Amino acid sequence: MNQNIWITFPELLIWFPLVAGLVAFIIRKEKAVKNWAILASLITLSISIVSLVYADNTKHLHLNNVSYFWLRYLGSNFTLGLDGMGHMLTALTAIAFPLIFIAGNKTNYKNTHVFYGLMLLTQSGLMGVFTAMDLLVFYFFWELAVIPAYFLCSRWGGEKRIQATFKFFVYTFTGSLLMLVGIIYLYMHTLPTANAEHSFSMHAVYSAILSPAEKNWIFWLFFIAFAIKMPVFPFHTWQPDTYEQAPTSTTMVLSGIMVKMGVFAVIRWIIPVFPDAVTKFDNIVIGLSVTGMIYASLIAIKQDDLKRFVAYSSIAHIGLMCAAIFTKTEIGLQGVMIQMFSHGINIIGMWIVVDLIEKQTGTRKISELGGIAHKAPALTIFLVVIALANIALPLTNAFVGEFMMFSGLFKFNIIYTAVAGLSIVLAAVYTLNMVQKVFYGEVNAVTETLHDISLNQKLVLAVLVVFVFLFGIYPQPLFDLTKDTVTAIITRIK
Amino acid sequence: MNAIILTAIWGVLMMLGGAFIKSKATPKYLAIFGLAVIIAANCMQLNSSMPFFDIDVKNMLHFNSFNLMFINVAFGCTLLFFLLSGRDIEKVGENVSEYFALIFFILCGVALISTFNSLLMLFIGIEIVSIPLYILTGSDKRNLKSNEAALKYFLMGAFSTGIMLLGIAFLYGGSATGSFFIDNIIAGNGPMPPMIAAGLVLLLISMSFKVSAAPFHFWTPDVYDGAPTVFTSFMATIVKAAAFFAFVRLFENAFGSMQFQWQKLIVILIAATLLTGNLTAVFQQSVKRMLAYSSIAQAGFMLFSLFALNNLAKEGLILYAAAYSLASIGMFAILIKMKDYTIDGFNGLGKQQPLLAVTATIFLLSLTGIPLTAGFQSKFFMLMAAVQTGHHIWLVIFAVLCAAISAYYYFRVIQAMFFKEAASDEVVLAGDITPAFKILLVITATGIIVLGLFPHFLTNWLYF
Repeated sequence: MNQNIWITFPELLIWFPLVAGLVAFIIRKEKAVKNWAILASLITLSISIVSLVYADNTKHLHLNNVSYFWLRYLGSNFTLGLDGMGHMLTALTAIAFPLIFIAGNKTNYKNTHVFYGLMLLTQSGLMGVFTAMDLLVFYFFWELAVIPAYFLCSRWGGEKRIQATFKFFVYTFTGSLLMLVGIIYLYMHTLPTANAEHSFSMHAVYSAILSPAEKNWIFWLFFIAFAIKMPVFPFHTWQPDTYEQAPTSTTMVLSGIMVKMGVFAVIRWIIPVFPDAVTKFDNIVIGLSVTGMIYASLIAIKQDDLKRFVAYSSIAHIGLMCAAIFTKTEIGLQGVMIQMFSHGINIIGMWIVVDLIEKQTGTRKISELGGIAHKAPALTIFLVVIALANIALPLTNAFVGEFMMFSGLFKFNIIYTAVAGLSIVLAAVYTLNMVQKVFYGEVNAVTETLHDISLNQKLVLAVLVVFVFLFGIYPQPLFDLTKDTVTAIITRIK
Repeated sequence: MNAIILTAIWGVLMMLGGAFIKSKATPKYLAIFGLAVIIAANCMQLNSSMPFFDIDVKNMLHFNSFNLMFINVAFGCTLLFFLLSGRDIEKVGENVSEYFALIFFILCGVALISTFNSLLMLFIGIEIVSIPLYILTGSDKRNLKSNEAALKYFLMGAFSTGIMLLGIAFLYGGSATGSFFIDNIIAGNGPMPPMIAAGLVLLLISMSFKVSAAPFHFWTPDVYDGAPTVFTSFMATIVKAAAFFAFVRLFENAFGSMQFQWQKLIVILIAATLLTGNLTAVFQQSVKRMLAYSSIAQAGFMLFSLFALNNLAKEGLILYAAAYSLASIGMFAILIKMKDYTIDGFNGLGKQQPLLAVTATIFLLSLTGIPLTAGFQSKFFMLMAAVQTGHHIWLVIFAVLCAAISAYYYFRVIQAMFFKEAASDEVVLAGDITPAFKILLVITATGIIVLGLFPHFLTNWLYF
């Protein structure tokens, strides 16, 4: 490591939100803490933007990687690093939080300072997951990101929040513990290092010596943990309940970023570690993912609750990502990279719109709404753009990713592609159906009093829409950023 | 040696002093002072291995860094227990200095069973621990439940002591040289002679009873529930950890070479203990009883050290003893202050006493085994030790699934504290909360987090 660097980007990205979160706990004034959260998240965003300038690891390796001794005699060091994928996901996290804070600025929560403190702690945990280069450090952050989210959902959510959130927690905790067994088993089969008999470092884990049979079952221990988080059918049952009950700001974090933890973890910790097991079980996993896509899409069509509607549509999208990863094709993986970012942007947009409607009308029932377009034209325009991005129309960001993922799936197996392709049609059905029912048609008693969105909200949605078009028309920056990760993985598993 | 002799002396002094000290608060300060001195003396022995009292124990006791470190952990936790709950000991009854004296006798027994090298010493140590415990359990003389618990504990305990004595007799007769020294019992690793096997099983049963491993756990909930809560806190943590320590030392030194012959029994014990402890805890409405069952469940995890018997297991046991004791003592200290011991009694604590609720949350998270707490590290070490043996991985997976169940009952308390409102505006606390109490809780919680981040602060001491 270069001695002249006193702090690196991954450290800044983790410690700054952490400190900001702790500071937020002691700010008692409601207004002040809101402003502080926005300011802090904007500073994190600027750190992330600066880090993107130095994203090229061939030139700036010392800025993006850092390692401290931690549990030295166990062979675990506090190692952080940013590769292309890490840069992209930390950037997504950094972009999402200010938008979420600004969009939710009008919402009043009891104990505001605790709410924003926990939100910032969640951000810190997420950053840790995306930058951990040591399996034990990864596990720490993986769990720690969930704890503040648990308190956020249980404290400020809807009526059935306690049960719903606890279900979420038990699901993820069970998954994590299974993964912990896998981690320990993997660790026991790594090669000795200078300080310890075994090691948790990423490279040691990648070259662990295991028999194929062992790899097969450890693969499942890891995969179940990640599948719960993504979520992949049939581990998805916590998700609609939690999304529905959580306060919308937290739902945005959960669906926009936290589910990416699962996708990210599969790419970082499963594909390179168990390539043979991935090949062996690819049909099962892709089969589950595709089933989940169709299943979730069908349920989304029947949903009357806007929040549950978005939740199910999210399951369908994540299913495609999971399937594309397991095709192990370069184009599929590249598509997943693009889509992780795009999905994060689009779904946050969807939630903001849902939240605005709920705040003003007091209902989320699709059947009770109608004619919002007459009352709030600006909101409608933004929503339609985001909804179209959600069904991956060309020129929108999701198109690029979905197209590539389908190409990857096509290379793998044409039948899966055909079935999964149905979900595009279904997505169009449920999304346009929703748009039609909620935004067009007659104005009714519920939507009568609705007025258009404020400048703040326009600004946030405008930023999102800019991202939708920017990466829809010119996705090259995302390609460039993540190319090194994809190539590294493809060369490893070949 | 320092610890054994000084605790005994201090215990006698405190008991005699009870006749002269009229103030209720004085015994507490005397006890805290005495224990601090004893810990310091023990640390001196740990560092220089030169005890104050150089007595020839004829190899019946063994002192090494592992033993002495454990004594430090146990005594340190007791000191914390005195500081946090000393005022509540005063409230149990009239004979305050006697309670403290009894605790000092128990500590003397704890030091004996942590260092024994002869089965006789083990037996004497176990008895020195048990008899004062029977008295403490029944110390709330006018409470019927306390009396019942004491009688039950005494009968069951006496029975298990009998079994232990029988086992020791078998081992004495079965060993080639006719010796009580644990390292002389087994020569070689061939098939076990029947006498030795019988002795081993009897000892296993009696020790399982002491650490409340299923299916020998039936006394635990009633006794823990019936005893005055302050003493439950002490019994469920320090005494239990010490019994575990003796259990592991006995089986490692006496039967370690033929581990493969009895490991199956431990596997069954672990599976049964984890299952019964966790499943029964789920249905408890009283937090005190829930903690009693959870202590059984935690014992299941501690049994892994007996299953693995490697270096990681030893470190893990020390760590587990510290982590579990810290969290439980803290949790019990808060529980004592509650008006209502049921889970609903915790409703709204987060609003009325945020600091208490936050520290209680840290204790509960540590008991669940969430990263960043000592509870995680101790479970992690135990699981690593078990995986390192390379077999019975299914048991490890079973254990983590049980840990997931444990999240259910620990989190119910967290949910009650933060997410539910108190039924009325009444205060949920019965006792008064002093600033010193709050500071101590914060220190305990900080200790848990520091150990969760840097477990080697504790485990590194083993290698000096």
